[in-house]
Amino acid sequence: MAYVPLADQELELHHPHSWVTKYVWSQDHKVIAIQYGGTAIAVGLVALVLSLLMRMQLGFPETFDLIDPNSYYQSVTMHGMIMVIYLLTALFLGGFGNYLIPLMCGARDMVFPFMNMLSYWVYLVSVIILLASFFVGGGPTGAGWTLYPPQTSMAGTPGHDMGIVLMLVSLAVFIVAFTMGGLNYVVTVLQYRCRGLTMMRLPLAVWGIFVATVLGLFAFPALLVAAIMMLFDTLLGTSFFMPAVIESGTALDYDGGSPILFQHLFWFFGHPEVYIVALPAFGLVSDVLSTHARKNIFGYRMMVWAIIAIGLLSFIVWAHHMYVSGMHPYFGFFFATTTLIIAVPTALKVYNWVLTLWEGDIRMNAPMYFAIGFIFTFIHGGLTGLFLGNVVIDLPLSDTYFVVAHFHMVMGVSPILVLFAALYHWFPKMSGRMYHEGMAKLHFWCTFLGTYAIYLPMHYLGIHGVPRRYYALGTTEFMAPATQDANTAITIAALFVGISQLLFFINVFWSLRNGEKADPNPWGANTLEWQTPDTPPIHGNWGDKLPTVYRWAYDYSVPGAHEDFIPQNTPESVEPTVDEEHFDPDHDQSKADL
Amino acid sequence: MSEAAATSMAPSDGVTGLVDDWTADKQTYHVPWGKAMMWIFLVSDTFIFTCFLTGYLNVRMTTTQPWPPQSEIFALSFGGAPIPLILIAIMTFVLITSSGTMALAVNYGYRRDKFKTIMFICATAFFGATFVGMQAYEWSKLILEEGVRPWGNPFGAPQFGSVFFMVTGFHGLHVSAGVIYLLWVARRIWAGYYDKKGFEIVEIAGLYWHFVDLVWVFIFAFFYLL
Repeated sequence: MAYVPLADQELELHHPHSWVTKYVWSQDHKVIAIQYGGTAIAVGLVALVLSLLMRMQLGFPETFDLIDPNSYYQSVTMHGMIMVIYLLTALFLGGFGNYLIPLMCGARDMVFPFMNMLSYWVYLVSVIILLASFFVGGGPTGAGWTLYPPQTSMAGTPGHDMGIVLMLVSLAVFIVAFTMGGLNYVVTVLQYRCRGLTMMRLPLAVWGIFVATVLGLFAFPALLVAAIMMLFDTLLGTSFFMPAVIESGTALDYDGGSPILFQHLFWFFGHPEVYIVALPAFGLVSDVLSTHARKNIFGYRMMVWAIIAIGLLSFIVWAHHMYVSGMHPYFGFFFATTTLIIAVPTALKVYNWVLTLWEGDIRMNAPMYFAIGFIFTFIHGGLTGLFLGNVVIDLPLSDTYFVVAHFHMVMGVSPILVLFAALYHWFPKMSGRMYHEGMAKLHFWCTFLGTYAIYLPMHYLGIHGVPRRYYALGTTEFMAPATQDANTAITIAALFVGISQLLFFINVFWSLRNGEKADPNPWGANTLEWQTPDTPPIHGNWGDKLPTVYRWAYDYSVPGAHEDFIPQNTPESVEPTVDEEHFDPDHDQSKADL
Repeated sequence: MSEAAATSMAPSDGVTGLVDDWTADKQTYHVPWGKAMMWIFLVSDTFIFTCFLTGYLNVRMTTTQPWPPQSEIFALSFGGAPIPLILIAIMTFVLITSSGTMALAVNYGYRRDKFKTIMFICATAFFGATFVGMQAYEWSKLILEEGVRPWGNPFGAPQFGSVFFMVTGFHGLHVSAGVIYLLWVARRIWAGYYDKKGFEIVEIAGLYWHFVDLVWVFIFAFFYLL
């Protein structure tokens, strides 16, 4: 049969018939996005509470009986795993990826809506398995979020029997869910864009999510293999990762396995995972900054290539997590070099964000607060990464609070600030109502200043050599007496930040009922999702006719235009064009003005 | 981009074609989405098998005991004299043959010869099922007669059994899933589901099937010959 391009084929949409197929077993990408987002945020709250329990213990030792050493390690493990995988990955890709990709690409839905629906339900199963581990004998695993063998399966580790098994099964199920969703995101971006929307006209949000999903599809296999091998070690008594071990005087039945193999597999997944979280954040924040600064994003092409370069480089830096595991010095040299090279495209992005703000007509809306806050925390976390990327500086700092502060700054606070920016930015489109601006700004200041109060002192603790993952520090000679005071202060700040997140939930629930009715395009944004005929968009997104795109996503404040923004689907005959593809240096508008 | 440029979708070859594809305004690849999705999935799956085989090579280096003599363990006796690797040679032959029948099914699918398409798909599925059956026989022989277990065996390094059962098991699951997938496609062709949509689905299923065969070649080389 002759091949017919997709846009000329008749579209097959699954049409819901009842309340259940519309809102529960829904194949609509927008409903799936909200299901993903709601589940991720709910499970993220569990992780937040776990972190507060740990802080209570560290800040006020011997005051509370909330947790004992075992449950402290279990909290460390579950907090890390939930935050990184079940909250951040799921919310950025499953939540925002699902919501924004079809809308920003001008498609009616994902290419394979049925598998997209399955993706969410399988993800829910993985979350349930994970949470079930809290209720089995021995509790969840306490092996640390990196699950390093051999201690994961040794008797001294809490949850070494059922806890670790459920954790590994849950991860494997999550990877299945991610693969089903991820294939949809990638293929939708590649094959389902509307007429006129070339790859180089895509909003950066789509670019970030797209490249992050590609990373996920190639990085999660390593974690899947590691999880399967470790399950075999735990359940069948094989020795993939277990060397000959003596436990309490008895030799275990293991022999000849390689714990370092696990570390390689884990970090071959684990480092790209950092960028699976970071790249969507980069993309979303670029769009938020450009929209609220009423100015085109600075260096769009560079931004795209930086995303791609970071994605590629992220696959050859993994062993910088393993400097203390020991390696040939040349390998250390290689991985330190690649790690520092990755700072180049990353710094380029930061410069471009700042230059986007430069002389912009900045509207200080709540999303903009969070976006600018992100630039601060990201620079901060990125700079400490330069310390840890160097082998010689990493060795003394490894396993101290400096590392904790670094990755919470760069991978915890920064993406979370972007998440809030994005949630506030797209809330009017998703719900059809405006959020409460004052409450959102209060939420920003509490979160932004509060996280600095938490993580800045941690850097100093780390440089003093205070080790991480200790249930109680006790009294030792090398730690300054002020260590405990710092810890108490950090805990108070952490409790404050934790409680202030309630502002977000109050705001959302209040606004859903009482918020002002939102304009279809309240920010005056160019991208296609703001041009839908209905707000919130209905099933099928676009009414009778798919949009046609005539320009890139960043025509803000174009000289001669009727307004300070030109939506992507405005024809050239109606408004002037200055997108980069057409940029003619001989007729440079800005120079002509000079 | 002008309207004329935006609508010129004629595919060209080589690097120019690649650049055209990637900068085109609608589809990056001139193929149905299902085919693009299957290719990307297969690359992802390649990473899984690569990790498995890398892990295997790694434990083979770290284990402290000698690696068992595979060609003797995998030998079958016909009339007294053991022939090394004979079962595995037959299994490989069966699987490679199934790739041939799959290719024929794709061909007849595009010619819209439904009967022959279904026949060759079923032949492929039959060869696949035969492969899995022979694998089950091989496993039972190893477990019952040779005493090989995932956690140990009488010949040497315990990792031998661990890796063998894990990797061939994972591949066997792929073949089994492929057999089910092929039969499902055949049933839908029979029901006339693709009469209007076109028969790309046969090629998409074929991609998966050839991939599973290709992976087997690597497992065969790494596991039985190395």
